[in-house]
Amino acid sequence: MKIVVAIKQAPSRDSQLKVNASGSWIDDADLAWEINEPDAYALEAGLQLKEKLTGEVVVLCAGPERAGQTIREALAKGADRAIHIETEKYGPADPLVLARMMARALEAEKPDLVLTGLQSDDLGYGQTGVILAEVMGLPHATIIMNIEPSGGGIKVKRELEDGWFQHVEMPLPALLTIQSGATKLRYATLMGIKKAKTREVRRVAAAELGGAGEASIRLERIYTPEKTKQSQIFDGPAKEAAAKLVEKLRFEARAI
Amino acid sequence: MSGVLAVLEQRDGVLHKSALEALAAAQQVGAELGGKVFAAVLGSGVDAVAQTVAGYKLEKVHAIDHELLKQYTPDGYTAALKALIEAHRPEYVLFPHTYQVRDFAPKLATALNRVLVSDLIAHRVENGALVLVRQLFQGKFNADVRFAGEPPYFASIQAGAFRADKLEVGSAPVEKTVPELKADQVRTRPLELFRESQRAVDLGAAQIIVSVGRGIKEAENIAVVRKLAEALGAELAASRPICDNGWLPMERQVGSSGQTVAPKLYVAVGISGAIQHLVGMKGSKTIVAINKDPEAPIFEVADYGIVGDLFEVVPALVEALKK
Ligand SMILES: Cc1cc2nc3c(=O)[nH]c(=O)nc-3n(C[C@H](O)[C@H](O)[C@H](O)COP(=O)(O)OP(=O)(O)OC[C@H]3O[C@@H](n4cnc5c(N)ncnc54)[C@H](O)[C@@H]3O)c2cc1C
Ligand SMILES: Nc1ncnc2c1ncn2[C@@H]1O[C@H](COP(=O)(O)O)[C@@H](O)[C@H]1O
Repeated sequence: MKIVVAIKQAPSRDSQLKVNASGSWIDDADLAWEINEPDAYALEAGLQLKEKLTGEVVVLCAGPERAGQTIREALAKGADRAIHIETEKYGPADPLVLARMMARALEAEKPDLVLTGLQSDDLGYGQTGVILAEVMGLPHATIIMNIEPSGGGIKVKRELEDGWFQHVEMPLPALLTIQSGATKLRYATLMGIKKAKTREVRRVAAAELGGAGEASIRLERIYTPEKTKQSQIFDGPAKEAAAKLVEKLRFEARAI
Repeated sequence: MSGVLAVLEQRDGVLHKSALEALAAAQQVGAELGGKVFAAVLGSGVDAVAQTVAGYKLEKVHAIDHELLKQYTPDGYTAALKALIEAHRPEYVLFPHTYQVRDFAPKLATALNRVLVSDLIAHRVENGALVLVRQLFQGKFNADVRFAGEPPYFASIQAGAFRADKLEVGSAPVEKTVPELKADQVRTRPLELFRESQRAVDLGAAQIIVSVGRGIKEAENIAVVRKLAEALGAELAASRPICDNGWLPMERQVGSSGQTVAPKLYVAVGISGAIQHLVGMKGSKTIVAINKDPEAPIFEVADYGIVGDLFEVVPALVEALKK
């Protein structure tokens, strides 16, 4: 089975993020980066399927040069090769433009299964996978917790609201968006890290895939949200802050 | 302006709890932009639910009825709605941001060569055009987003962003359509819904909840917050990653895919405050947040907060409570 996993590089989770001077995006000069969280689970799901059924895992990532690091990490965990769509720092205009580039980059691949994360940690559209499925003409299912081969196709477990789940059967090729947390993630082994260096990374310039494209939505400005509640925030030494909080909870909020 | 269409989710004749919020949004946007408001419900045998929707102030309710829409599938819903939109050409199409909408609305927009603005929390009108506000970086920042190019414009609305109690009632005609759908257009086969386990803990009944997030770093450290819970006589709860890791049982998860709670006091320790967590606890009477990041979105809903390292703050709190 040939499995493509779309991975995005995002600021690492503990980053202190700041809006840049023009308010167009965050100030990303000194950030640490890592794989977008659900994409790590998509990769894990892909690797597990490959181990069960044999085949190949190809990672697909659109991003600037720094994304190469995240691609290497995926290869070190066991992906067989990678396609790196080289974009400018801020990437494509909207998720449809991105998905079209991804689809073109995959034209020659003919994957049996495409896996994406369910949502990116930065833009958080929660859409790229579904859009990619439509652009590629594939059936899809979202928020997937488990994948099993079934007949000639697959049977997946979807998470629904309020603690409900549903199994869905579908033919291959197909696209799934993967939820975080359903399995344990593997670490790269020393051997894996060594092997990753020899694995193929095909670099394709965004321009070759149709480039920036025309956007249907435009992100105008980003900013820190205004507080809707009047919160009382204490900082300083833990002991003093704790004492103040307990006093407030006892005598002001009367919550304890 | 040629109109605003709200697509309302229903299952077995019952509207989704967010559906009426989307309808309220459509009424509001319609009033602000001077457009007519329409609603659509899809399914098999949707007459009764369409009649319910017809009790609001609307131009028309589209009841889209087909045996193949009995169970939700992205292919079936997309084909049926694409036909409706092409026939009636609304300028705006609004959805509640439900799991189902996440599953098909991006596909529908793509099929019409457009992009959905997902999960908007607010809007305003500038020069006759909508500016939509959505969250970035899991709620750390907001962004203003505009549509470019030609309509239809698609947007989905976060739960709670519009208020269903502001809906204007009325009496709208229902127009039933049977879309042209063939079985082979629907490629996925949905099976029954199921639930995984019984919930032994009813967090909903707790007066005080101490809830722990990924700031706790390791399973062994849960003991740190357990002490605080004991000192407060509180139930222990958690954000999703803590339960995913198996550090606390699933039944203690608070949020959109866990339990919804509204205790007298909710103490969030090392929880960032992603929307999926907030929806499960923002109804709490008093909210306390302890987080080392002053920009963490949890502080936006907190009544009281301590910015600091939980490994210093929580033991200090336990001490202070003894006094
Ligand atoms: C479809 C869907 C459903 C979901 N359902 C749920 C749900 O039901 N419930 C839920 O909770 N989530 C849910 N999520 C996940 C949600 O989006 C967030 O990923 C999750 O809530 C984050 O958990 P967290 O706040 O514990 O972790 P993080 O976001 O990683 O936050 C950790 C926080 O700890 C702080 N911190 C770190 N170290 C320290 C320290 N030493 N002292 C003090 N603070 C520290 C950090 O500043 C940070 O703010 C869902 C997601 C999706 C997509
Ligand atoms: N630049 C990118 N490169 C590769 N995959 C991406 C990229 N952006 C988004 N994706 C994939 O699409 C998913 C959803 O992203 P989004 O629609 O931005 O929330 C992510 O979890 C990734 O799997």
